[in-house]
Amino acid sequence: MQHIRAHVLVCGGTGCKSAGSKEVQLEFAKQLEQKGLSDEVMIVETGCHGFCEHGPLVIIYPEGTFYCRVKPEDVEEIVESHLFKGRIVERLLYHEPLTHEQIPSYSEINFYKKQKRLVLEHCGAINPEQIEEYIAVGGYEALAKAITTMTPQEVIDEVKKSGLRGRGGGGFPTGMKWQFAANSVNDKKYVICNADEGDPGAFMDRSVLEGDPHKVLEGMAICGYAIGADEAYIYVRAEYPLAIKRLRIAIEQAEQMGLLGENIFGTKFSFKIHIKEGAGAFVCGEETALMASIEGRRGMPRPRPPFPAVSGLWGKPTNINNVETFANVAAIITNGADWYCGFGTEKSKGTKVFALTGKINNTGLAEVPMGITMREIIFDIGGGITGGKKFKAVQIGGPSGGCLPESMLDLSVDYDSLISVGAMMGSGGLVVMDEDTCMVDVAKFFLNFTQSESCGKCTPCREGTKRMLEILTRITEGQGREGDIELLEELAGNIKETALCGLGQTAPNPVLSTLKYFRDEYEAHIKEKRCPAGVCEKLSNYFITDKCKGCGLCARQCPVQAISGQPRSQHVIDAAKCIKCGSCMAACPFKAIVKG
Amino acid sequence: MSFVERTCSCCGGENPEKARIDAILAKYAGVKGALIPILQEVQSLYNYLPKDALEYVAKQTGTPISQIYGVVTFYSQFHLNPRGRNIIRVCQGTACHVRGGKNILLALEKELGIKAGHTTDDLRFTLETVACIGACGLAPVMQVNEDTHGRLTPDKLPGILAKYQ
Repeated sequence: MQHIRAHVLVCGGTGCKSAGSKEVQLEFAKQLEQKGLSDEVMIVETGCHGFCEHGPLVIIYPEGTFYCRVKPEDVEEIVESHLFKGRIVERLLYHEPLTHEQIPSYSEINFYKKQKRLVLEHCGAINPEQIEEYIAVGGYEALAKAITTMTPQEVIDEVKKSGLRGRGGGGFPTGMKWQFAANSVNDKKYVICNADEGDPGAFMDRSVLEGDPHKVLEGMAICGYAIGADEAYIYVRAEYPLAIKRLRIAIEQAEQMGLLGENIFGTKFSFKIHIKEGAGAFVCGEETALMASIEGRRGMPRPRPPFPAVSGLWGKPTNINNVETFANVAAIITNGADWYCGFGTEKSKGTKVFALTGKINNTGLAEVPMGITMREIIFDIGGGITGGKKFKAVQIGGPSGGCLPESMLDLSVDYDSLISVGAMMGSGGLVVMDEDTCMVDVAKFFLNFTQSESCGKCTPCREGTKRMLEILTRITEGQGREGDIELLEELAGNIKETALCGLGQTAPNPVLSTLKYFRDEYEAHIKEKRCPAGVCEKLSNYFITDKCKGCGLCARQCPVQAISGQPRSQHVIDAAKCIKCGSCMAACPFKAIVKG
Repeated sequence: MSFVERTCSCCGGENPEKARIDAILAKYAGVKGALIPILQEVQSLYNYLPKDALEYVAKQTGTPISQIYGVVTFYSQFHLNPRGRNIIRVCQGTACHVRGGKNILLALEKELGIKAGHTTDDLRFTLETVACIGACGLAPVMQVNEDTHGRLTPDKLPGILAKYQ
């Protein structure tokens, strides 16, 4: 047997691929071949490591050396120096943003140190397109244990005892949901995995599907056994082509090995999983809308009851869980509910994966135990705010969630604490905002999103969100009126109480939470016709001050030729042409361009 | 002339497009809830959904055309008008928004002379927005066809567009 002395793990997640990891991988193959190392060094394309900001990522084992932002032209040096001479290429190591310290090893980086990776355990460590690698790390043991040594009720009891709650947003106890579906008597039942991850700024489900697809399939199969279903669907966004491809490969490999399909492990239990590609509608993340879409209809929600556990897909009892929820199941069955209860808080057990984005140094995916504070997530794991700016707010829970100010940073992150302050866990998107972000604009952004994604079936959501958006738009355009804030609050309250589904009921949350914590910004827009953050276009303009030396750099950077002037004399910006992109301000070496 | 009556432009025989749609319909014959996958595959033939092709699907599957129209107009993935050779999807997700995604869209609209949702007259580009492509680490981002371009600034755009004819 040939001896592999080193493994080169190249991240093949969507973030790293977009940054050019495929070219890096090809260059490694070429360089290893040229240097005659192909037999002793193995290249592994892995799923997402979560540290997307610094992609493309390359990790070299056995040392666990972590290289970031690797370009194809760096590969020769890594091969020469690291793999040949055993010398680390220091310039490609990660530098902590706050201390500027160089960190050579994967596990020593602050971003990873505070994480507890249960769901993402294998993401980035195994090749997701090889079922053998999943089996080698204990994969499908939980399924074997469940169907050969436990009764369906014992499986449900274990999940109930673990305290696992739905990771898609609502936080409903998973074991109870399974119990309802199990109690429904019918000869046909379905399991559905909701992978219609539509929240802007959330990409944890995609990363799990891309990096460890078998874990989700295993969780679904255990659910199927527990509730008595033999058929399942994964409803995936069509915008996730890589996740769809890897799921297809995973299902095929699992079926070939007899881990899915007919008579699994030689028992009477059979389980068939289909993939259903979404066609682009945010509302399909709502469970009744999702089922309508699988049935080939317009994805519009319907009133509940009847709940899907009683009458779901094609009228049959159906259990729907989110990707991350299913990804927790195998570990609970293998290690037991007591072990799982060791993580998290009293009412929110386990971990949660967050997608850190926005004005934060370490954009990426972080899995943390429930009950951690927001401050730890943003400053210890996330590395703080980019460019040394001041923290202003964090938006949690996507279009259904809320914006929390600095005073809430020490809040425990769990389902119930978040609800109590007007936000929600949602799918786990965390968008960090600094002093340059306008909170009225953020509220308008989210409302614009939910408004255009409203399916139009119920009036409060269809009409109400539109009116709210009109009010917000006029506020950001300097046309705000006395009484607008009160009107927004009234409308928001009505929509929350009367909308048909979760989309409408939570759509006002971003407006309400910004009104609660950043009311002064609304007032500045309405009363003083001023945008304190300088974001709202109609309320701000770019000017060139007398610091201008007439170098012309700004005029050359301007994409719309809005800047004119003679060399060595002060230039001017034509406000009518200016698109307020800020290129000129960034280009000016004399800080002569201001916004106001 | 309707879709089925049209003949092949080279041999005058049966319209070859009909055979391709028939193949798709045959693949999903008897499959429950197959309308959306059928439409997805028909669209991949044309890049959009021509009216006569939809009428043909309606007739062959026994689904009322009104219902098909309802489905097509509900989902953002389906298009009733021809689209450009290159599809630009500018991300307007939260992460891109706070990092200046709006300015990227405005600059593209100026550069191409069209608004989001439209196609240039020469069918070279279709400009669309997308809520999130999940490459938030590279924000602001856009996708041109299958390629993702990240860490964008307005001045980088003309150079990127020039690569797509």
